[in-house]
Amino acid sequence: MSVDTTTVRRIAHLSRIAVTDDEVAHLQSELNAILAFVEQLRGVDVEGVEPMTSVMPMQLKKRADQVTDGFIADEIVANAPRREDHFFVVPKVVE
Amino acid sequence: MNDLTSLTLAEARDRLRARQFSATELTQAYLAAIEAARRLNAFIKPTPERALEMAKAADERIARGESGPLEGLPLGIKDLYCTKGVATTAASRILQSFVPPYDSTVTSQLWRDGAVMLGKLNLDEFAMGSSNETSAYGPVVSPWRRNGSDESLVPGGSSGGSAAAVAARLCLGATATDTGGSIRQPAAFTGTVGIKPTYGRCSRWGIVAFASSLDQAGPITRTVRDAAILLRSMAGPDPKDSTSVDRPVPDYELAVGRSIKGKKIGIPKEYRLEGMSGEIEALWQSGIAWLRDAGAEIVDISLPHTKHALPAYYIVAPAEASSNLARYDGVRYGLRVPGKDVREMYERTRAEGFGDEVRRRIMIGTYVLSAGYYDAYYVRAQKVRTLIRRDFEEVFANGVHAILTPATPSAAFGIGEKGSADPVEMYLNDIFTVTVNMAGLPGIAVPGGLDKDGLPLALQLIGRPFDEEMLFSLAQVIEGAAPEMPSPQAWWRA
Repeated sequence: MSVDTTTVRRIAHLSRIAVTDDEVAHLQSELNAILAFVEQLRGVDVEGVEPMTSVMPMQLKKRADQVTDGFIADEIVANAPRREDHFFVVPKVVE
Repeated sequence: MNDLTSLTLAEARDRLRARQFSATELTQAYLAAIEAARRLNAFIKPTPERALEMAKAADERIARGESGPLEGLPLGIKDLYCTKGVATTAASRILQSFVPPYDSTVTSQLWRDGAVMLGKLNLDEFAMGSSNETSAYGPVVSPWRRNGSDESLVPGGSSGGSAAAVAARLCLGATATDTGGSIRQPAAFTGTVGIKPTYGRCSRWGIVAFASSLDQAGPITRTVRDAAILLRSMAGPDPKDSTSVDRPVPDYELAVGRSIKGKKIGIPKEYRLEGMSGEIEALWQSGIAWLRDAGAEIVDISLPHTKHALPAYYIVAPAEASSNLARYDGVRYGLRVPGKDVREMYERTRAEGFGDEVRRRIMIGTYVLSAGYYDAYYVRAQKVRTLIRRDFEEVFANGVHAILTPATPSAAFGIGEKGSADPVEMYLNDIFTVTVNMAGLPGIAVPGGLDKDGLPLALQLIGRPFDEEMLFSLAQVIEGAAPEMPSPQAWWRA
């Protein structure tokens, strides 16, 4: 399977990464090289095999449903590129 | 005692306890070595003030007789581990301004045990690479050169800064992480020891995520004993990481020097690649002989799905990365590039913030998870992963204690030599290491000697889940039997 330039643009859009026209051609050949490499998996017989979902066979740990942390809003917004008080500031989303 | 940096971590620990020198003196020696080694670009950010503060506190604890297991030992920290109040970049422009308000669980355990932080080490951006060339801070230069050559070589990756710093004696040991070989391959390229423990052995909390079902923390050190000492402090269950496993941490150092008599070592025929260099084959045969001479029983084994591990990895790892890296959106932390609306802000931020390799992997991951391709790529790769793990389970069920393979298909290569036209050329570096991550097993790289150009080569041992002790025992036998690993010539000294 290989991707065309329309598909490269669609993937870039889904990935929320801006691409220029020059980059699309490059990306197309790089992505196709990787896809050609993984193509060999098509020949593996996986009939009746369960996909791996847990690396170590274990029950997912649960903890008591209690508040264990909080009141650290200053720390949470400290790294925001733009903030006001305890809010993250973004361009207008809803008209 | 004019060169404290020539000591191993175990030696430094014992001499600090015997008060032959202070943690401050030891730290100063390392800070001077780091200052004189800027050409290697191993550190993104040395933290000398913090190091001296921590060393002073360690000296006070030593004076009071309250030494922890790593008291006063100066370490380098891969810049993928969050460190409270110290910028943590993942070697990416997108995180260049990020200062975590917390420490990763692993680093907090190192400080709990008395270690001193020398600074943050360079790596491939988001740990994606096998040569440390994808860093936004520039490539790390290996302290090793070919005999009679001054060409700059790669230290391997992604933990290239960790491996270069340990090999060049810029720290006693370093933290590293391994998703497809990122501890073991750079250790192999630099003549150091690197262990990727069993998945779930070390907490991933506070380590910048790449591929969550594959990522594991581990140390890079000069000796097997040093790796055992560091891993004991790094490992352990953590309520903040639901995949960390609730098992007590053994005193790994006790396994170093333990007899390996009667242990069954598997030699997998699938690791004998067509066109593999004669030197790698010869190294492998030496490893077999060293273990046999120490009383191990050598058996031929088969791991039939080995050749599918690397392609399956290049579906699973990018898929998980595309999901993990969705968080870098210019809103909560890191770089923001303005746009006319929120979507354009996201797209510009991520285009400028991520480097080429990271963008490529996010896009591959997005593609294999997208509607219509999910079953054909992602689900199939996870099924192949089950088959890879099953191969190992069958071998271990037949009584094999550990598996011996080469660590890498070649010695270190030149900066700019690989992967510029075809990314897959670089990916092939991880062909012997990636199976171990896919199956969640522990693996250790241990030096085996030098090649004809004078560059280090290494062997890999793969163990049963949570049997890191066996790996330390076996690796120490190889370390003891192999020709002594010399230090690289210090050409980089300013």
